[in-house]
Amino acid sequence: MIQAPDLPAWAALIVGLLLLGGATITLVGSLGLLRLKTFYERVHAPTLGATLGAILILVASMVCFSVLQSRPVIHEILIGIFVTLTTPVTLMLLARAAIYRDRSEGHIPVPPDRLTEKKAE
Amino acid sequence: MSTLFLALVITASQILLGLSMLCATWRMLRGPRAQDRVLGLDALYLGAMLLLVTYGIQTGRTLYYEAALAIGLLGFTGTVALGKFLMRGEVIE
Repeated sequence: MIQAPDLPAWAALIVGLLLLGGATITLVGSLGLLRLKTFYERVHAPTLGATLGAILILVASMVCFSVLQSRPVIHEILIGIFVTLTTPVTLMLLARAAIYRDRSEGHIPVPPDRLTEKKAE
Repeated sequence: MSTLFLALVITASQILLGLSMLCATWRMLRGPRAQDRVLGLDALYLGAMLLLVTYGIQTGRTLYYEAALAIGLLGFTGTVALGKFLMRGEVIE
């Protein structure tokens, strides 16, 4: 289980620090998922892991494979672009669905829908 | 020496990512409402994707990168479909 690529010391230091930072930030985001009180606060928490945590770990992977293969290896940037593009879309869709559900049930205080109020007037 | 340091750091970051996946799983199982469960699922697949990237660094093989890319694509599709279902009551109109 304990194994690692054979990197020179400076590359090992960079990869290690980036990995540890990315994993810690992802854990902080997930702890926010546990600790925060309402759904509208919780929906912000995992984006910490999706942006900074994912980018740090992917940069660590890019540095590791570039040093191992002695050429620039940047295919991990695809995952980075994809996650950065999709996370806001999914979470905004989810938050809109939650607002719709809370409004239609009406027992959790959410701000009223101004568009439908104007139509009703 | 540097290899031992890197091995310990990679294992530690895998444990941290595993803990974050555990938090997401707890929110997915206990979440008071359906949107909390979908949010937990989103955080869970993100943690799994990052864990696969760290496995790729550990073994030095690019196989895990492709698996992580597939998890990212399918997880996005799954979360969008579940959000649409919560909004409309059906996925494809």
